[in-house]
Amino acid sequence: MALDMEQLRKMFYEECRENLEVLEDVLLNLDPSQIDEESINTIFRAAHSIKGGAATFNLLDISEFTHHVEAYLDLVRNGERTLTAETIDLLLKSGDCITSMLESYESDSEVNKSLLAEVVEALHQLLGVAPTESESNTTEPSQAEPIADQLSDWSVSFIPHQEIFFSGNDPLRILRELKELDLNSKITAQLTKLPDIDDIEAELCYISWHATLSGDISEEAIREIFEWVEDECDLLVEQASSDNQIDHIDETVEAESTTSQTLTTVDNHPPAKSNKVAKAESSVSSIRVDIDKVDSLINLVGELVITQSMLTEIGHDFTIDKLEKLKAGLDQLLQNSKDLQENVLNIRMLPMSFAFSRFPRLVRDLSGRLEKQVDLQIRGEQTELDKTVLERIVDPLVHLVRNGIDHGIESPALRLESGKPEMGVIELNAYHQGGSIVIEISDDGAGLNCDKLWNKAVEKGVLESDVRREEYSEKQIMNLIFAPGFSTAEEVSDISGRGVGMDVVRRNIEELGGHIEVDSKLGEGSRFTISLPLTLAILDGQLVKVAGEVYVIPLLTIVESIQIDSNCIKIASGGIELYRLRDENIPILRLQEELEMGRSGSLDGRILCFVEAAGNRVGLLIDELLDQQQVVIKSLESNYSKVTGISGATILGDGSVSLILDIQGLITGFLSRAPDSTHKGLAA
Amino acid sequence: MEQQSEVVNGNFSDSSKKNIELQAQSLLQNVNEEVSESADFLSFELASELYGVEIKDVEEIRVWEKPTPIPRAPKYVLGVINLRGMIVPVIDLRARFNVGRCEYLPTTVVIVLRFSGEESERLMGLVVDAVSDVISQGDNELYPPVGDSEVTSYLQGLINVGEHVMSLLDTEELLNIERILRTAA
Amino acid sequence: MTKILAVDDSVSIRQMVSHTLRDAGYDVETANDGRDALSKITGTKFDVVISDVNMPNMGGFELVKALREKPQYKFIPILMLTTETSTDKKQQGKSAGATGWLVKPFNPDTLLKTLKRVV
Repeated sequence: MALDMEQLRKMFYEECRENLEVLEDVLLNLDPSQIDEESINTIFRAAHSIKGGAATFNLLDISEFTHHVEAYLDLVRNGERTLTAETIDLLLKSGDCITSMLESYESDSEVNKSLLAEVVEALHQLLGVAPTESESNTTEPSQAEPIADQLSDWSVSFIPHQEIFFSGNDPLRILRELKELDLNSKITAQLTKLPDIDDIEAELCYISWHATLSGDISEEAIREIFEWVEDECDLLVEQASSDNQIDHIDETVEAESTTSQTLTTVDNHPPAKSNKVAKAESSVSSIRVDIDKVDSLINLVGELVITQSMLTEIGHDFTIDKLEKLKAGLDQLLQNSKDLQENVLNIRMLPMSFAFSRFPRLVRDLSGRLEKQVDLQIRGEQTELDKTVLERIVDPLVHLVRNGIDHGIESPALRLESGKPEMGVIELNAYHQGGSIVIEISDDGAGLNCDKLWNKAVEKGVLESDVRREEYSEKQIMNLIFAPGFSTAEEVSDISGRGVGMDVVRRNIEELGGHIEVDSKLGEGSRFTISLPLTLAILDGQLVKVAGEVYVIPLLTIVESIQIDSNCIKIASGGIELYRLRDENIPILRLQEELEMGRSGSLDGRILCFVEAAGNRVGLLIDELLDQQQVVIKSLESNYSKVTGISGATILGDGSVSLILDIQGLITGFLSRAPDSTHKGLAA
Repeated sequence: MEQQSEVVNGNFSDSSKKNIELQAQSLLQNVNEEVSESADFLSFELASELYGVEIKDVEEIRVWEKPTPIPRAPKYVLGVINLRGMIVPVIDLRARFNVGRCEYLPTTVVIVLRFSGEESERLMGLVVDAVSDVISQGDNELYPPVGDSEVTSYLQGLINVGEHVMSLLDTEELLNIERILRTAA
Repeated sequence: MTKILAVDDSVSIRQMVSHTLRDAGYDVETANDGRDALSKITGTKFDVVISDVNMPNMGGFELVKALREKPQYKFIPILMLTTETSTDKKQQGKSAGATGWLVKPFNPDTLLKTLKRVV
């Protein structure tokens, strides 16, 4: 069969997830005191769909489990049960079980057995049935057919009711099927009920039939043929000879006892995954695109083709008087390229709602566990960003929200004491600003205590003990929470922890080419602001020349560029060169040496480009500042390998290759080698 | 003991560049037009010695152009070039094998090889002195490499070509990045 | 060629059914629910309709009833796809006017075999 079951199964996984989302969404928004029918129907349909699909694609454990959920929801639908906060919770957990089972198929991971057992138990109780009985979701137990090798003669009398045609059934087809059981069968038509031709109604059936069959045929097989029309006919199936009647009875008795045994042993064994599903990555590797986006792309390509043929024509026998036209054509080309670029990148864009969608559930569970009351407000979920950036921002966001609930929002009692409402608010917001997307996570909780932070930083050795507090602004102190080593394993509670610290959050964000900062007011709350580039494939870069070669510095990392004033140069112990920029001492990084491309010579009159990453600032020594332009990021690793200090390459307008500097890597490498780590330029 | 590469800072006249390019292209075209199975190797000169690579591994032959240097790469990794939008490293085989002089003349050519592994494909350019001929194996046997030098580790074997002996290189070994990185200072 | 209309709100089921039937040489069109199905039949005359029961907008039973009221579909074979093995649902289907049923899960072979009964 040319069917690609694999692909269809994958489609089912996606569908299943969508249904699970719908299920969770509706459940989370259900108010037990005011349950509307529409919601119940929606979640029933979702469960039903999952069950049916799972069964069709042979995911029996999912279909059997979901059957319980569906059965329960059916009772709710019919008014025989009412939903309570507890049962809603149970249903939410059921969704989790199904997700766990789904994941185990997709990526061969382990099913959450304990949760599964717990939920199944609870569902059974709700349904009021004993476990083993409900397990047998098999077809109606059919009697074991009388052991074969017995020739039987059958006499079948088939009298269709007059209206049989109205159900779309046709006696002729049925009889043909009957004939297949015995090709030599005799079928005769009874025309006695046929009225006169004038009285015949074309749509009614007046004929009945009688058939005799013999062979190795069971009654079951015969009755099956008439199964659809059972209520639309009079059917008589008799065995012609009575010889084997006694044996028949004996067999039936035996058959009954065996079927009752099979009933109880139909167990819920997790099916052997004979269909070894290829290990899927946990991130979805396909993308759904709005057909409109595709159409506009097609239009743009069309325009590009037109421009191209126009230019080709101009190029034919080019004469100088065609120059204006050529220029116009090139302008057109530029416009087409820009439009195309924008549109193509747009295809990879997904709305933030994909990232925000998990938070209602997360907040609900976590606040429940911590006994805090939290109201989650989400804004700007329609804001779009690149799919890859979106996927990688989810974990940091989760960490920040967890953090907000764990350390930010106070307990209801404490809040009341401080004159705040019992219910804390966590707000997620996303919007576009310039060429970036900004995501804000704020809470109205306890806020950051700068004194505590300072002491902790000194205690943990993040700051040297001789550093003076006055040198640091409030903002700088607050941003210390991102410093590596700030939170230790013991403190990182298992709720916001798992070994993930704020420094990892910041690193993840910076790896995406973005940054994060925090602002807070003690007693009032905190706000984390993350800014990210809209796309990972293209970079806004500053071209610079160093030792005759052109390099690209990501614009987002550049703070400012100045021409060196020799009076501002200071040499610290260990030979570190510092530049005094207003009231900061910033280390000078000699790029040429750092890239092992030779010696850079005197600093006089040279240019310093101040860049920032991982909370640190350095001044890059360069020869010349060139253009700012958008560059397409190409990998060095596909044909070569990763190079420290370089994050990729790009092709400039003249066709030459230019390397893109990895600012974070350069700074980290440089500073870690510096003999004296004080006086590191700190981000303000 | 490597000699400082002598870069002939030539602005080659456009016509001579064009010439070389045409030669290279026509050579490649001949290669492509060879229908018979016996068109097997592309031979080239390296410090007056004859070397060869399997034709099936040759992606393109290009005129020498100065690559963009890569920080901290081994001396013989000259940098990367733009090959139809792809970033491809360029290795000077003369430096790598420590033979001859690294000159960049109008006849200097870059042979771009392609290695297809199970998971991925990789390209790399090799700077050689001059491209020679397309050779069929014919009845000639492939002899195992002789001796135990650095170069022999890259050889598949030796083949007689007329009066000369051609050292057939192993593309996979040549394009083995790990080997290259291990020699990085 | 026999024209079949397959109605189901599940994309994967629709795909599976249409692939199976097309491979077997039938001409297949699909619809996502009863309402969609009714709009599909305005342009085309189908020889068989296969429909799921539980669908948004208009379910299977409603669809059957609506189809039976149309003169061209009075006698057309309509099969219900049902996961229910209880006679209840099968009865409901028949009362609505369906020809017969096909129980989910079904594999492609069962689908084709059942279809053979009505074409």
